[in-house]
Amino acid sequence: MSHPAAAAALSAGFDDPVFDAQASFRAAMWALARPGRVERLDARLEPPAPLSREAAALALALCDYETPIWLDAPLAAAPAVGAFLRFHAGAPIVVDPGAARFALIADPRGVIDFTAFPQGSPDYPDASVTLILQVEYFGKSGLVLEGPGIQGTDGFDAAPLPADFRARMAANRALFPRGVDLLLAGAGGVAGLPRSVIVKEG
Amino acid sequence: MSAQPISSMPRSSMPDITYNFAYLDEQTKRMIRRAILKAIAVPGYQVPFAAREMPMPYGWGTGGVQVTAAVLGPQDVLKVIDQGADDTTNAVAIRGFFEKTARVATTTATAEATVIQTRHRIPETALNENQILVYQVPIPEPLRFLEPRETETRQLHALAEYGLMHVKLYEDIARHGHIATTYAYPVEVAGRYVMDPSPIPKFDNPKMDDCPALQLFGAGREKRIYAIPPHTRVRSLDFEDHPFKVQHFAKPCALCAATGVYLDEVILDDKGGRMFVCSDTDYCNTRQAQGHVGELGVPAEDAA
Repeated sequence: MSHPAAAAALSAGFDDPVFDAQASFRAAMWALARPGRVERLDARLEPPAPLSREAAALALALCDYETPIWLDAPLAAAPAVGAFLRFHAGAPIVVDPGAARFALIADPRGVIDFTAFPQGSPDYPDASVTLILQVEYFGKSGLVLEGPGIQGTDGFDAAPLPADFRARMAANRALFPRGVDLLLAGAGGVAGLPRSVIVKEG
Repeated sequence: MSAQPISSMPRSSMPDITYNFAYLDEQTKRMIRRAILKAIAVPGYQVPFAAREMPMPYGWGTGGVQVTAAVLGPQDVLKVIDQGADDTTNAVAIRGFFEKTARVATTTATAEATVIQTRHRIPETALNENQILVYQVPIPEPLRFLEPRETETRQLHALAEYGLMHVKLYEDIARHGHIATTYAYPVEVAGRYVMDPSPIPKFDNPKMDDCPALQLFGAGREKRIYAIPPHTRVRSLDFEDHPFKVQHFAKPCALCAATGVYLDEVILDDKGGRMFVCSDTDYCNTRQAQGHVGELGVPAEDAA
């Protein structure tokens, strides 16, 4: 491989596409089924920066030619990220957030408004985006979660998140059954915040 | 598998027909997995998915099999039941299918399983938070027999307009004096969607409420997947003056003397002889092994 760009584009994907994809999906499934509970995600792959291993594992497990991916500014600025996703997942990269089925967000603090993404329709609420936000930390206090999948209430925190995160999640919940679903990936794990969850101040 | 050219391999080492893990190809699994994630995010809503043809006829659990294939991993322990029984044709066939295509461990013990595929029952043993219960669903749309047009039922769900279902239950009362629906009894999930719990007896409906396990529903012919996350409120529809009630049985299980379980009627002869036994074979066998003996049962030590 003499061309440096070609070498970068071919950073390795999953060691074992079948079982690594299954394990990553199962982590994401339990994360959404039990909002706020962090599921372990052992991502054995080396994606190009600034794409994190955990976010890359979810993208490769869930995306293919049927799922246009939107990248936030830091990811879109790295051509190797788009090349990595095109090569390993075969997914189209889109510039219009309204056309995305998945969105990868490396800098959650600067993410555009959630309403710019597809929210689903009253007839087909499933036709909405899944946002994958890269975080560096998970905690048990700060936010209080309530809703399907949670016995009573549960404490949760993650960082970094948008400054107006609670307001965004309240607006998202108000749209139910329409709305976006969040997977927070990082620190060796994944946590889910589906549209059904109610996020309150802790 | 080694990269040895096939022509140089001795004939005996040629593999039998091999399948991708759990039969389905990876793109199909991803498509089903995405549908499962959206189904979990909108509890009770039926997510359309591109169901594949499976090597078994419609009505034999093609939807459940596809959901199981999409979630199954090599560490899973699979249990398959058909009307509560581990040893009936449908259960044996599907268990064999995954033993062959995924080489996963299988069990009949409810407590040992991590994935339980079921046709028309929820096990009597309480489920735990590490289990996934996969239902086989024939008709996923609870309003289908009241409104045949998909465009209309979709609108009714969008508007949460479920008056039609209450009229149906009311007509039951007007005609029979009580709600005569005994299986596939409609439920409201998380206060929003009305859902068909698949043809489980209404006896099992209360087990869906606040269940610690994840419940997934797959309808192959109708191409729908829906879900109930753990610890979700599932309410059987009823009226204040006609509250939801489950079946009660006059006598305990004839083999293991269990009470408070769902019983099947077994005809014994052509003179009206009959007995009622647990529909959940694993539960019944476990109780018999523990020394419980019903009126027609044989003590465990004598049985051998």
